[in-house]
Amino acid sequence: MNNLLSNERKRYLKKVKLDKILVNVTRILILLVFLGLWEVLARLNVIDSFLMSMPSKIVATIIELSKSGELGMHLTTTLYETVLGFLIATSLGTIIALLLWWSEFLRKVLEPYIVVLNSLPKIALGPIIIVWFGAGTKSIIFMAVLITIIVTVITMLNGFLATEQTKILLMRSLGASKLQMLYKLVLPSSIPTFISCLKINVGMAWIGSIMGEYLVSKQGIGYLIVYGGQVFRLDLVMASTIILCALAGLMYALVALLEKILIKKK
Amino acid sequence: MDDILKLQNVCLTYQSDLFETEAVKDLSFSVKEKEFVSIIGPSGSGKTTILSLIAGLMPATRGEILYKGKEIKKVCENIGYMLQRDELFSWRTIEKNVFLPLEIKKINTEVNRSRAIELIDKYGLKDFSKSYPSQLSGGMRQRVALIRTLSSNPDLLLLDEPFSALDSQTRLKVVNDVYDIIKREGKTAVLVTHDISEAISLSDRIIVLTNRPAKVYKEHVLNFDKTLSPLKRREERGFSKTFNTLWRELNNE
Repeated sequence: MNNLLSNERKRYLKKVKLDKILVNVTRILILLVFLGLWEVLARLNVIDSFLMSMPSKIVATIIELSKSGELGMHLTTTLYETVLGFLIATSLGTIIALLLWWSEFLRKVLEPYIVVLNSLPKIALGPIIIVWFGAGTKSIIFMAVLITIIVTVITMLNGFLATEQTKILLMRSLGASKLQMLYKLVLPSSIPTFISCLKINVGMAWIGSIMGEYLVSKQGIGYLIVYGGQVFRLDLVMASTIILCALAGLMYALVALLEKILIKKK
Repeated sequence: MDDILKLQNVCLTYQSDLFETEAVKDLSFSVKEKEFVSIIGPSGSGKTTILSLIAGLMPATRGEILYKGKEIKKVCENIGYMLQRDELFSWRTIEKNVFLPLEIKKINTEVNRSRAIELIDKYGLKDFSKSYPSQLSGGMRQRVALIRTLSSNPDLLLLDEPFSALDSQTRLKVVNDVYDIIKREGKTAVLVTHDISEAISLSDRIIVLTNRPAKVYKEHVLNFDKTLSPLKRREERGFSKTFNTLWRELNNE
């Protein structure tokens, strides 16, 4: 097969490959230089390792946490809250968006409420949530749902409403019922919107669960960060933040995988 | 009962918050079985509105629209509507796009499906039945749109400027294809267009509309040899004379 390719083609393919390698190498290099500088400067006492911590200490903290089993406990707590909040908000939000798409009357009536709820900083509801749901996991999940659901409703509704008018006309000319309109046209054409909504929601659910943990928790990654800050253990704060980065990245990667599966057919 | 379609004193008034608009006023005409009728008129004269009325997408304010003697009150199974653009669903294969009317009308039977597949094969899309619309050229996509319209086997086809989104080269070819398919399948067609030469090359009869509110200004029966393709018709002697007459009628009115 290879000898069928022209020289120009070979050169082009080589260049594409080279570009890709270059981007990846640079990415890793930036991280390594950053970590290396951090470590060296901290060791030379140019920066205060008590305030800034240092990579080796962070790694040691993570190892220590995982050995004592604490890490697993905090990790599963936060993961549980985030994933549950994400799933509840996404499904419930999509269902609400569907109802609003279905009934123009409902949409018109509820519009100002949605606008207000969207602009409201949800953290302001923290005290109310704690009073209602207690200082525990329930409150945190509720916070994650609250932050995520409004965005879901708005994004999905806009997606549903953006269905091409001419395609709707085609369906009407065939005599399609509203239900047929929904599952033959509106839902399939909204899949790209749904995917981008999922991507936004991953971030939103994390904000919700960590914010919730800041407010009430006794365990979880958010709790570790707050606790570490209070007792001035910056190693712990940094270690938790890095774990958080890894988790959020992982969840995003899962959504990206789902996207590949759903869009593959195109 | 020779008339497949009959409009009698049809009026349509659009309502909006600020004013009402008379789009169609006292419109009467009829179409015979297997006839190809074009409706031409100045832009904004309510041509598309007339097709929407016949398709049963909205009720007329006054007057009657009869399909085979029966009044059209809602979307009628035996009428197929072809839009300006192909409106193929990108997430469905060509075959699945063609099956769409069968699914919507709940007549998705083995017999109907194989009839639809036959149409796909007959009109040169066999190799593409499992492809997605993005893999097809504009002309082919429009042909698929026609086959989709035909898949539920309607008697009357409503064509709403179905060639206007195509480039001029493709357009002449697709006009030929569509004419050929409609004649071979023995369908009746009502075409709405602002393109005079397209109307002449396709039609048995042309109805010229007035400015808004639309009513019939004039009717022309064309006597071209029925075996000529639309492209060949353009070379006929009567063609440019008819063109001039229609052009003057559209512009002087």
